[in-house]
Amino acid sequence: MSNLGKFFIFLGSQFTQREKFSVYWSRFLEECSSIGVKSVFIVAIVSTFIGAVSCIQTAYNLVSPLIPVSTVALIVRDMQILELAPTITCIVLAGKVGSHIAGELGTMRITEQVEALEVMGINSASYLVLPKILAAMVTFPMLVVLAAFLGIWGGYMAGTVTGVISERDYIYGIRDSFVPYNIFFMCVKPFVFGFLIAAISSFKGYYTSGGALEVGQSSTQAVTSSCIAVLIADYLLAQLLL
Amino acid sequence: MIEIKNIKKSFNGKDVLLGIDGVFKKGETNLIIGGSGTGKSVLLKCIIGLIKPDDGRVLYDGRDFYSGDKDAMQSIRREMGVLFQGGALFDSQTVAENVRFPLNMLTDLSASEKNDRVNFCLERVGLEQAANRMPSEISGGMKKRVGIARAIVMNPKYLFCDEPNSGLDPLTAVKIDELIKEITEEYQITTIVITHDMNSVMEIGQNIIFLYQGRKLWEGNDATITQSEVPELNEFLFSNKLLRDLRKSG
Repeated sequence: MSNLGKFFIFLGSQFTQREKFSVYWSRFLEECSSIGVKSVFIVAIVSTFIGAVSCIQTAYNLVSPLIPVSTVALIVRDMQILELAPTITCIVLAGKVGSHIAGELGTMRITEQVEALEVMGINSASYLVLPKILAAMVTFPMLVVLAAFLGIWGGYMAGTVTGVISERDYIYGIRDSFVPYNIFFMCVKPFVFGFLIAAISSFKGYYTSGGALEVGQSSTQAVTSSCIAVLIADYLLAQLLL
Repeated sequence: MIEIKNIKKSFNGKDVLLGIDGVFKKGETNLIIGGSGTGKSVLLKCIIGLIKPDDGRVLYDGRDFYSGDKDAMQSIRREMGVLFQGGALFDSQTVAENVRFPLNMLTDLSASEKNDRVNFCLERVGLEQAANRMPSEISGGMKKRVGIARAIVMNPKYLFCDEPNSGLDPLTAVKIDELIKEITEEYQITTIVITHDMNSVMEIGQNIIFLYQGRKLWEGNDATITQSEVPELNEFLFSNKLLRDLRKSG
């Protein structure tokens, strides 16, 4: 409980004694590049293959002649939009971005770079962490939209190349019974997950003390805690918004 | 001038500082010496505000650092320059960007004014050739000099150095000491240096405080330190066999 209280105080410190807007803007752009742009490759690979596998496995299980083949595409689409693209992508990002943030801040702490900011009269928590949280909240939804698109495309490629579904059936399936609200739901999730992953990982890294071993431990804790938080938030959002 | 009065600090019930007093004069290199674990770094952190003391006052030219006025504290902080033990350079920035950082954050100078100031400071520490190198590409001694350049870039009134010689060879250590002393006298800064390096004590110790188990046991300068009657100080000073032999031989 004391850690939770410390976490909320840490979040509150982001908004006290802030620096010039231009400082935050340039830091925000740097973090968008570091957190978002540099994650495009891993997100693209993971989502494409998840889409491909989900198409093949769904087709494998739908053997009844009463169910139209286009249902495979419908299931792939809804799985991607409702769960796989937002949640799995964010779990992957919790590993990649979370460990990066905790490692970076932890190293800055043990090499006195954080103290160097403090003695200059700069709010180190706000200067270092706020741009990361904002960047994650902005770039994660973009990455998830990309992941959903590539996942559905991966399913299309795998389905048509292996012959489990025709191109016409797949296109029909992904357009059938489409609910636009699900896209909104898909975009809300990474917005929340981005906040959780960046805030938790920053918290773990910012309060690192000791040496290299502790930086490693902070990174591990950041990933573990972020994944748990993402899964809990995933459940709560599904209950609230669906 | 910096005055500290009755500084006390404990962590989890363990007393680290037991009421330290001292006066650190302008234009002098003031040394705080003592063995490992005697509270030197904690005292420095209390003076610069990284750790709040449990009791006592820190006065910067008569201004109480812990008066509770956050604006006053901020304005004093912006008159400080700090050289950390490892340099504390930002890994993602070049040498010049590191030195420029306080100017970017805390001033409204134009780009050319900032460049001039950065170039001046880098020249002052003899590193104008290394401006575009990354911290990972320079030696330990160079990192300390970049740290000094960054510390003086804002024209500080107060300079703090935490073990500026640690990890350096004796020749580089002497150069760093000389640089700190020159800068202190040239710009009439109040400088406090934490060290346990005996060369520093003898080279730049214009005012020296010796800490032992959280207390100030002795105060003096480089001329009087070897005549001290304090056994703990003598044990610290003459822990080296060469110095012991020299002392015996008079």
